[in-house]
Amino acid sequence: MTRQPIEPLGLLRRVGGPGLGAVTLFVGLVRRSAEDGPVAAIEYTAYEAMLAAEWERIFAEAEQRWPELRVAACHRLGVVPVGEASIAVAAAAPHRAEAFAACRYVIEEAKRRLPVWKQEIFDDGTRRWRANQAAGPEAVPPQGGEGWGSPSF
Amino acid sequence: MHVPATTPAAPASSIRVTARLFAQYAELAGVESVSIALAPGAVVADLVAALRRTVPNGELLPERPLVAVNLSHARADQPLSDGDEIALLPPLAGG
Repeated sequence: MTRQPIEPLGLLRRVGGPGLGAVTLFVGLVRRSAEDGPVAAIEYTAYEAMLAAEWERIFAEAEQRWPELRVAACHRLGVVPVGEASIAVAAAAPHRAEAFAACRYVIEEAKRRLPVWKQEIFDDGTRRWRANQAAGPEAVPPQGGEGWGSPSF
Repeated sequence: MHVPATTPAAPASSIRVTARLFAQYAELAGVESVSIALAPGAVVADLVAALRRTVPNGELLPERPLVAVNLSHARADQPLSDGDEIALLPPLAGG
């Protein structure tokens, strides 16, 4: 986690390796849209000790599923203006199918499980708590291969 | 802010846990951490019920919130031990 702007290229450098022929990078940005209203920024807060532990569990699951995977990720906390990155995931694997699948796994699990909360800050300074759609673990994270790791491309 | 236990003096056989509130729940109750005594054998749901009875505006907390025990997501029926840290997690919003 960081309170400074995320540097995606730094994440990419952390996952390189001689046998890894594919790297995927996902960067999530704070956005403003017609349906949300005039959002100027989002302030992220977290249960920081658990955030670190949950990232480690997600990485461990991904590395178990794709043994040659190298993954790095970062969630920014504090006030993040529209257009800046709030989260980034880099995944490196021998081939693109695993790199795409692992990156997707990590970002989807992160959104579902990380103990992070956000308040939208509007242009007029008012704030609103906002939750992810369908977030929340069913207590025990999924294990095994259901739904992930078999890309069809 | 940490507030002292709001539960009555507990029998010697009780366990004591720390409950933490975050985001909307902390705002609602005006506290972020509460020490609570529970009967031995208590589970997560018992702690949630105790919090709903004792913290300010506790009745406005959900009956079955997301909960973590010692930094891991947990179920309502998970048993608690002396010294555990239990967190009530508002709907998650990472990413």
